[in-house]
Amino acid sequence: MPTDAPAGDGGVQHTGGGEHVIVCRDLHKSFGAIEAVKGVSLDIRRGELFGVLGPNGSGKTTLLRMLCGLLEPTSGTAIVAGYDVRREADRIRERVGYMSQKFGLYEDLTVIENLEFYAEIYGLKGARRDARIDAMIDMAGLAGRTRQFAGTLSGGWKQRLALGCAIVHQPAVLLLDEPTAGVDPASRRTFWRIIDRLADEGGTTILVTTHYMDEAERFGRVAFISFGDLIAVGGPQQVVAAHPGAASLEDVFVMLQDADDAGVADRVGASARTVTPP
Amino acid sequence: MNRTRLMAIARKELRQLRRDPPTLGMMFGVPVIQLLLFGFAIRTDVRDLPLAIYDAAPSSESRELAARLEATGNYRIAARANGYDEAHEWLTEGRVRAALIIPPDYARRLLRGERAPAQLLIDAADPMASQSAIAAAGTLALATLDAATGTASLLEPAARGRGSIDLRVRPLYNPGLRTPTYIVPGIIGVLLSLTLMLITSLALVRERERGTLEQLIVTPITRSELMVGKVAPYVVIGYVQMTAVLLLGWLVFDVPVRGSLTLFYVISLAFIIANLGLGLFFSTVARNQQQAMMLGFMFLLPNILLSGFMFPREAMPEAAQWLGAALPLTYYLEVLRGIILRDAGLAALWQETAILAGFALLLLGGSVVRFSKTLE
Repeated sequence: MPTDAPAGDGGVQHTGGGEHVIVCRDLHKSFGAIEAVKGVSLDIRRGELFGVLGPNGSGKTTLLRMLCGLLEPTSGTAIVAGYDVRREADRIRERVGYMSQKFGLYEDLTVIENLEFYAEIYGLKGARRDARIDAMIDMAGLAGRTRQFAGTLSGGWKQRLALGCAIVHQPAVLLLDEPTAGVDPASRRTFWRIIDRLADEGGTTILVTTHYMDEAERFGRVAFISFGDLIAVGGPQQVVAAHPGAASLEDVFVMLQDADDAGVADRVGASARTVTPP
Repeated sequence: MNRTRLMAIARKELRQLRRDPPTLGMMFGVPVIQLLLFGFAIRTDVRDLPLAIYDAAPSSESRELAARLEATGNYRIAARANGYDEAHEWLTEGRVRAALIIPPDYARRLLRGERAPAQLLIDAADPMASQSAIAAAGTLALATLDAATGTASLLEPAARGRGSIDLRVRPLYNPGLRTPTYIVPGIIGVLLSLTLMLITSLALVRERERGTLEQLIVTPITRSELMVGKVAPYVVIGYVQMTAVLLLGWLVFDVPVRGSLTLFYVISLAFIIANLGLGLFFSTVARNQQQAMMLGFMFLLPNILLSGFMFPREAMPEAAQWLGAALPLTYYLEVLRGIILRDAGLAALWQETAILAGFALLLLGGSVVRFSKTLE
């Protein structure tokens, strides 16, 4: 039996099941004197649609980057798709799709050239490569734009192309870093429809960071992160219920933020003490 | 190494290059223009040095002497002085670079069959420029002595008098002592070195700056696949460049390849990879394109000054020779001049070839080791 039962509120679909695909234990990351992630422990099941919520600079991106091998944890362990991020990063890279906050594709290549490139980099070839590329074009609604340079696409198209390149190899785990930042509402809706379908099909574990609380209702579970600390984990309703006086996730977000702001002076003092040599 | 991934990287690089006209221009326009420019501009054999003549007693003999001097091509009669002092003054002022002083008894002595001294003053402040002019005058003096016409020496002829050593000098490989013959192969090396090193030094840094590197390194591509894939297309480009410059050298500057073209192309592979590897290495060190450019230019000057391209390494102090020995271009120049000018074979060039191959492996390998697939 799993140790932490999924947040059992009937309204949420993608709570996953079966074995854990992402397991973090006391994960730390420091950049010099700055501690960006302070001991995060988290278990995410296969097929979960999991949201990491928190304000800008709270450590969400750093956490995600550690999970896909872009950053090495300072201490603690993380197992993704059965492999250790520290020792087996290359195995993880084969099984993870990652979409960074900033558009990371080649603007001077066309839509189809970007897809071809990433399909081949992930080792796809022949008929399977072509089939996957067609599926991605179809999914992203990019038919008719395949010869267009990626740099000339508008925000929503770029975002869906980036998603296509990130999942062309059918990864077991998909990590999305603020995928909807700077995208218009209509494109955001389209994007989430694609993500929901991906989650419905099952199998793919999806971890999304966002600071849009209206998007957070769709997650099976959410984790609030603030100043590198994990401060609440559970189903969206569960998290709301656990905070008296909060009517929505947005209320929780603001409450946690206020509490954090109050503690900022302490934190600053504390970190100043820790970096000053005795 | 996975072939699909390798090809994907290489094809991507070529596609991006094709869509980047400034870089394409740098790769092909720059070498051609520079070769033409340097090929014509760099002359160490100074032609038409402005010459002042002070002829104390004009005669057909003295006129002939001046005419012969001008006929060497090194001198151009620019002015006639009215006295030794005036000629010297012009020299000081820089109006002329040489002055021929013919004493009043020149013709008389000649006709009597005596030694007939005349004086040639040359501004030798720039040794390189004056050298060939001095040499030409010296040759002329000996030649006139040899001639049966009875004309005699211009300068003090060393060969005059019985029992003196008769040393006949026969310049080989570049009998006309033409500068292009020597300089064109060198330019090929310098241009290849510069452009190839620059193109790859920008290759990784640009991806880092544009944010495409982050997306690339979360894929399973290995470091060696990435490095080799990035270098491979530019090897082809390097060969195209080399061929273009070689053709130009032959057609425009009349510097054909005397030796084996096959051998030349094979050895050049090591040099091309060494420079591409160096560029990649720079791009693993530099954080942005400016830094990569700075590193490139830091490397350019020693390449020109210490490799033996401009100045003979034999004349350099030991420390400079050691620095030169650390540059791939130093060895490639030996190969270039060896094969192009002297028809040297592998037997003579195997050491240089081995060293170049060593550089190629070291620099490419060093870049693979230095490159990190994390963002730190």
